[in-house]
Amino acid sequence: MTEKPKVGVYVCHCGINISSTVDVDAVSEYAQKLPNVEVARTYSYMCSDPGQVLIKNDIRELGLNRVVVASCSPRMHEPTFRKAIKEAGVNPFFLEMANIREQCSWVHEEIEEGTAKAKKLVGAAVAKARLLEALESKEVDAEPAALVIGAGIAGIQASLDIADAGFKVYLVEKTPSVGGRMAQLDKTFPTLDCSACILTPKMVDCASHPNIELLSYSEVEEITGFIGNFDVKVRKKARYVDFDKCTGCGDCAAACRVKDRFPSEFDQGMGKRSAIYLPFPQAVPAKYTIDAENCLFLSKGKCGKNPKCQEVCGAEAINFEQQDEMVEFKVGAVIVATGFDTFDASRKPEYGYADYPNVITGMEMERLVSASGPTGGKVKIFNGKEEIEPKEIAFIKCVGSRDKSVGNEYCSRVCCMYVAKQAHLLRDKMPDANIRVYYMDVRAFGKGFEEFYDRVRRENVRYIRGNPSEIFKRGDKLVVKVEDTLTATPLEDEVDLVVLGVGLEPRADMREVMDLLRLSQSPDRFFLEAHPKLRPVDTATEGVFLAGCCQGPKDIPDTVAQAKGAASSAMIPLARGKVTIGAQVASVNEATCRGCSFCVSICPYTAIEMVTVNRFGHEVEVARVNEALCKGCGSCSAACLSDSIQPKSFRDRQILPQIAALGVLK
Amino acid sequence: MSTEIQTFTEKYDLLGCIQCGRCTGGCPVTVRANLNVRQFVYDAYNEEKLDELARLAEIWDCTACHTCAVRCPKGLKPLEVLIGLRSMIVESGKVEPTVRDALQSVLLEGNPWEKSRAARSDWMEGLDVKIAEPGVEVENLFFVCCTIAYDPRVQAIAKNMVRLLNKAGIDYAFLPEEESCCGSEVFTLGEEGLFEMLVEDNTEYLNEYSAKRIVTLSPHCFTTYKTHYPDLKTPILHYTQLLVELLHEGKLTWKGDLQKRIVYHDPCYLGKQGDVYDEPRELLKSIPGVEVVEFDRSRERSLCCEGGGGKMWVESESKKERLADTRIKDAKDLQADIVAVACPFCVMTLEDSMKGLGFEEEMRVAEIMELLGEHIEA
Ligand SMILES: Cc1cc2nc3c(=O)[nH]c(=O)nc-3n(C[C@H](O)[C@H](O)[C@H](O)COP(=O)(O)OP(=O)(O)OC[C@H]3O[C@@H](n4cnc5c(N)ncnc54)[C@H](O)[C@@H]3O)c2cc1C
Ligand code: SF4
Ligand code: SF4
Ligand code: SF4
Ligand code: SF4
Ligand code: SF4
Repeated sequence: MTEKPKVGVYVCHCGINISSTVDVDAVSEYAQKLPNVEVARTYSYMCSDPGQVLIKNDIRELGLNRVVVASCSPRMHEPTFRKAIKEAGVNPFFLEMANIREQCSWVHEEIEEGTAKAKKLVGAAVAKARLLEALESKEVDAEPAALVIGAGIAGIQASLDIADAGFKVYLVEKTPSVGGRMAQLDKTFPTLDCSACILTPKMVDCASHPNIELLSYSEVEEITGFIGNFDVKVRKKARYVDFDKCTGCGDCAAACRVKDRFPSEFDQGMGKRSAIYLPFPQAVPAKYTIDAENCLFLSKGKCGKNPKCQEVCGAEAINFEQQDEMVEFKVGAVIVATGFDTFDASRKPEYGYADYPNVITGMEMERLVSASGPTGGKVKIFNGKEEIEPKEIAFIKCVGSRDKSVGNEYCSRVCCMYVAKQAHLLRDKMPDANIRVYYMDVRAFGKGFEEFYDRVRRENVRYIRGNPSEIFKRGDKLVVKVEDTLTATPLEDEVDLVVLGVGLEPRADMREVMDLLRLSQSPDRFFLEAHPKLRPVDTATEGVFLAGCCQGPKDIPDTVAQAKGAASSAMIPLARGKVTIGAQVASVNEATCRGCSFCVSICPYTAIEMVTVNRFGHEVEVARVNEALCKGCGSCSAACLSDSIQPKSFRDRQILPQIAALGVLK
Repeated sequence: MSTEIQTFTEKYDLLGCIQCGRCTGGCPVTVRANLNVRQFVYDAYNEEKLDELARLAEIWDCTACHTCAVRCPKGLKPLEVLIGLRSMIVESGKVEPTVRDALQSVLLEGNPWEKSRAARSDWMEGLDVKIAEPGVEVENLFFVCCTIAYDPRVQAIAKNMVRLLNKAGIDYAFLPEEESCCGSEVFTLGEEGLFEMLVEDNTEYLNEYSAKRIVTLSPHCFTTYKTHYPDLKTPILHYTQLLVELLHEGKLTWKGDLQKRIVYHDPCYLGKQGDVYDEPRELLKSIPGVEVVEFDRSRERSLCCEGGGGKMWVESESKKERLADTRIKDAKDLQADIVAVACPFCVMTLEDSMKGLGFEEEMRVAEIMELLGEHIEA
């Protein structure tokens, strides 16, 4: 029970990281004299195995019951030392760390200053350590199922992995079909596999897998709960086509009164579709959907005498009465795989994308060269006057990437290679065309990429170093105004077709998902991972993981690798069947809580609710903390007017003496 | 504030450059002059070479259109490297006499045209103009511009504005003859010291007036105040912005009609630099009968007329086709009757070309205010 604190202090050299600007021996000697300190030592690397053994031995031999480690940030090694003292029989929460590296040696240049500050930090840590309380972590059951948001290649791969491991997966896709951007691609660099050939089997698998529940044309509306226990609400949007009855025959689309009138999203608007449509022939599920905005019956209330689609549909699948449907389920983990948008080229008006039909984007080129595309793979383009087969073709790279003027400073990573790929595909189709690529750097960093780039150049694709500044028209030609920077020659290059190597951007609608899951953005505006190196698929919200281009631009190999990483991380709680809940959570002193519920409105994790309790014979409202949701952030504690809610280990009585020891408080 | 002197490299962020070539690629004068601004950004890194670079004639070919700055992906302003080099020459005093006289005139008379300050308000003669007084509140305070104030060719801009404002009955006042040059051309000619002085004096002078906003007649003043006067209290407008506002409020109505095909030329200082594209077009379209057509190279892709960057005082040695000639020929191809602009400098350069090409009979270059002036109801 109540026992006298016996503190051990361990000052780390961290090689010379700390010891070059902090006199560690002086710090240790100083600590030795502090109240309740039994022993103080220094060691070259406290986190190493011998370093930990040092602590464990002291605990056993000297009967220590509190440990202070003065080393690096607790973000690095707090778990390491907690585990070590626990192994020696001390409650893991009887540990306090003094960060004398990031907060001390790395920010001071003079050893005197560094040492003086280290002493204060250690003194403060000892002051707090004496007052720590023993805490127990709890475990709760985890639901053995996962939610995957977005069914591009990232979401598909993650779902298949989790489902193959035997867990249930709910795969939610916003559009009528799975596949994402990869489904739109023709061939894929650097190996030139046909995109559909490698993707379609996976798409089919995810619709037929017994463990995957595919919710296409659906959106997540609400997610509450915490790791292991998320409650999810999904809206299945009305397709106006009975999912079970529709055979995918396509008779309706062929008969639709507004047949082939609307720009096909899949063909980047270059092809047309009807109001009732399948996004593309290999779409999964192979079920038709009515676009309510453009359907005559749904938008105007009348489609001729009778809706044509209804007339011809042999399966009687058309159902104009259909309503959105809400589905609810529980999962233990969530994977966000919502992908990217391509850069809107009209935001660089100097390239005339909005003005000239023969200035197109890389995504449009994918559809143009594809045998399943709007031209059947024939490269034909309207130049404002007539349809031509272009002879002079220019690619422009880095459009909307590496460019402060449009707010995108990052490199999009895939455009160098897809431009090389498309140049190769054009060369294949048009041996006589003059193809040039305007570039400022060629980033061919992946496996097989440089080799592919070498091959494409030797196929007589001219790489000219200069990033074009402007495109205008002269007669029937487009003039690319650019400098060949290697010869310092300003050029006005006359061409028939310009392909803009547009970059990747965060999705315009990403905020919806951010708000659902409390995710953050990195400076490039893509979703922020928990650690750029060591936790690249995790987020700050436990149990929520990232896969694919929603986290940053990537090619397919990297997307798939990350998806597999996210799947394996998500499966940890599912496989264990249990999750550990943090012990350093807030607790309420129900005797003093005034029931004002101020903390409820403050808590960023919605972890607090009001409950009625009996206090000395009176029914009163008090705050109660859901320990599974609480992150121990302390916001409530700062707000509470009666000091009734405080995070364990960070109670006033623990941190005020710590601050006092720093010499800040009197 | 740190008193350390920035090096040339630091001042112009030369290390931020990735040598992409967008600046030179976009530079309109490369088709007729030897200027390669990217190469200057590259070479200026070598401080020992600066004197040599400053002596190169092509640094005076830059028209300060700012295309290079607008296009630079890394936020550099390449033209300012050229201006930095110009300032080394200006400091040494080895400038053309025309430049020297213009700068001297700004210093002594507050305008680069070697006119007397006392004559700055002469254009107002015979007009009922409201004059601003310090401290007296006014909604729209007008800043005229040296060129419009003194050059009879473009004075109509100001005169018509007065008639229009009186007609519309809005709260306005013009600055008295103490109004001084905004320094646009002083800056681009590289007279750094004089420019700093103008910024200080003009800021102090203009801040004494209690205006809701300052309306400039020239886009050069407009952009200069917006970008180089951080301590100016009052928001700056170009007159086309104000007039469109009045148009929407129904305060402008036109008489007669103008059965003409008009092509609008975007001045660099208003479009690329000021981001004002729609208002001038809307004004033109509001005149009954007018048909507005567009250059292929319009808006963000507009071609510079070579009027800015101090080019009024430095003649180019190039014998190749002037950009203003290219522009007028394009207008001819469009069968435009009128080339409309919203800048006094553009009026002069384009009209020169129009006359030089012998199109005087069938074509006209006009400032939007001139056209509007012809349609103000009595
Ligand atoms: C022109 C071009 C050519 C390319 N060529 C190649 C190539 O040859 N080789 C290569 O390796 N890579 C290539 N790439 C890159 C490749 O496209 C990407 O790596 C890949 O598509 C990323 O997949 P993803 O699943 O992360 O994203 P996406 O493909 O964007 O998929 C995201 C999915 O999530 C859905 N979604 C979004 N938000 C929500 C939401 N809130 N709720 C539900 N669903 C949602 C979307 O509808 C979509 O189906 C190319 C890229 C471009 C632009
Ligand atoms: S109701 Fe008419 S417009 Fe709508 S999908 Fe059917 S046929 Fe097409
Ligand atoms: S991948 Fe290549 S084209 Fe794309 S932004 Fe990076 S450097 Fe530019
Ligand atoms: S500590 Fe933070 S997360 Fe926990 S209840 Fe208080 S405000 Fe909510
Ligand atoms: S545009 Fe900017 S980054 Fe590119 S070469 Fe010019 S100064 Fe350098
Ligand atoms: S300001 Fe215009 S003329 Fe001068 S260097 Fe830049 S682009 Fe060329």
